[in-house]
Amino acid sequence: MARAHVIETRGLTRRFGDVTAVDALDLTVERGEVVGLLGHNGAGKTTTVRLLNGVLAPSAGSARVLGFDPMHDGVALRRRCGVSTETPSVDERLSGRAGLRFFAEVFDVPPARVERRIDELLAAFDLSAAADQRVGTYSKGMRQRLTLARALLHEPELLFLDEPSSGLDPVAARAVDERIAGLRDAGTTVLLCTHNLAQAQGLCDRVVVLEHGAVVASGAPAALAAELGASIEVRVALRLEAGTDARALLADVVGVETIEAANGEANGLRFAASGDDATAAAVRVLVQAGADVYAVERRQPSLEDVYFALHRGERPAARADAPQGVPA
Amino acid sequence: MNVRAIRAIVVKDLSVLRHSKAVLIPLIVVPLVMLLILPALAALAPSLMNLPGASDLHALLEGMPDVMQARLAGLDDDQRIVVLMLTYLFAPMYLILPLMVASVIAADTFAGERERRTLEALIYTPTTDAELLLGKLLAGFLPALAVAWGGFVVYAVVANLAAWPTMGRVFFPTGMWFVLALWVAPAVAAVGLGATVIVSSKVSTFQEAYQIGGVVVLPIVLLVVGQAAGVVVLSTVFVAALGAVFWAIAAVLLTYGARTFRRGELMARA
Repeated sequence: MARAHVIETRGLTRRFGDVTAVDALDLTVERGEVVGLLGHNGAGKTTTVRLLNGVLAPSAGSARVLGFDPMHDGVALRRRCGVSTETPSVDERLSGRAGLRFFAEVFDVPPARVERRIDELLAAFDLSAAADQRVGTYSKGMRQRLTLARALLHEPELLFLDEPSSGLDPVAARAVDERIAGLRDAGTTVLLCTHNLAQAQGLCDRVVVLEHGAVVASGAPAALAAELGASIEVRVALRLEAGTDARALLADVVGVETIEAANGEANGLRFAASGDDATAAAVRVLVQAGADVYAVERRQPSLEDVYFALHRGERPAARADAPQGVPA
Repeated sequence: MNVRAIRAIVVKDLSVLRHSKAVLIPLIVVPLVMLLILPALAALAPSLMNLPGASDLHALLEGMPDVMQARLAGLDDDQRIVVLMLTYLFAPMYLILPLMVASVIAADTFAGERERRTLEALIYTPTTDAELLLGKLLAGFLPALAVAWGGFVVYAVVANLAAWPTMGRVFFPTGMWFVLALWVAPAVAAVGLGATVIVSSKVSTFQEAYQIGGVVVLPIVLLVVGQAAGVVVLSTVFVAALGAVFWAIAAVLLTYGARTFRRGELMARA
């Protein structure tokens, strides 16, 4: 049975004058998925969120979000979505609690539930102690957490998180990631716009990479790496007989390249392997040459590797028809 | 209409205002001057007239057109100057109050909201454009009305008390002032709101919106000058007609302003 698409766009396009911010976007997100929307600044991520919430009209194409047409059923749609905006967009002159109370009213949280829900979220985001202080006194991390709390007030089915860790220190960023992971585990569908690749790798089931408003790649990070042919980084800790050149030994192994001594290791070696077979072949050659191999460490290509491969203009085979001309 | 959301917007906008000196200071100082200090000074006018160099006040009285002279007939000189000032000359200045209150608040809730970058969160709420606009307009209109009507009562009390030694009776408010307060003042507030909504869509800060929107005070200044020069004589009919004109202008401004306050437009400019 086909899974329900929470988000489905066909050729969704938005132009601002001569600039195409979102270019024929085809995107599907299924219920319970966490999908990362990746791309440089200006790639079209925020415009996509605006189009999907019916706050900006498309120039062409169509979208269905939670079964609604965003432009025609925007009010009903936004009642079931939560948006954490890139800039916290919190009123500094109000207290955290007053700001949440306002949005609870606007999102029509049942009056009997408003204060309890606010208290729950303030506690969940470690803001209880500062709840009655003006937001102007909050740190950036606190504001970001308040923004997330606001997006969750009405328990939305679909959450749009636009750069939720933007400008945060590592500790605050990790706290935000943990909250998002909690939402994912609770089954909330999340569209996460970010250029924090580690965050996307850790949280997302799938990523969609945008460039100049168009999709240049999409899929699970590991699958994307496979499609792009990104290699495994292999580190070997070993001891070789004096005078033996490891690089020369591996030079002829098929699928092994970029062989170099591992930094900081007296007898270490690092190379790029096209896959597990190439890795095994390389280790076999080293052993046959009399090397004592103490450890072999394989590092799968990261989302960062994939992203930069895309940035260099490489494209997954499945997206061979994707727009070219990616800036170097 | 989502009344709960509209009420929440009004309450939120007014709560935010309470913490802004740039908004609060004019909202406190101007009514204080207009409603307390000016009528109290006007009550002192008769004693000032007896001082050397008070020929200007005499000249003002003498220079009034016949219509005005007829209205002041039967009063002594002291009473004439009190009635002229408190009932006629200050009447247009009273209109500055609702205009100023509406404009200052609208500048803060429209342009100020964008300046503070808090508008985007509001845009993503399940409200219609009309509900958002109505909530923000009411946040400016209701306080303007409260200041206008409350101010009318305060002005009446201060005028009668301060002028009691001269008048010896309750002479204020007149029928014209009831029309001014109940019909014209709301219209002027609506004009201020409409103008500020339009200006706010073109500028990016509260100060810009407030200063440019302040241009709408010019018709009122013309009324003040016109009366002092004897060119314009306020009457109940004139004031009622003036109110109708202001309502018509407000309708045009608010209709146009509503077109600038649409999610798509706001987000395209964001």
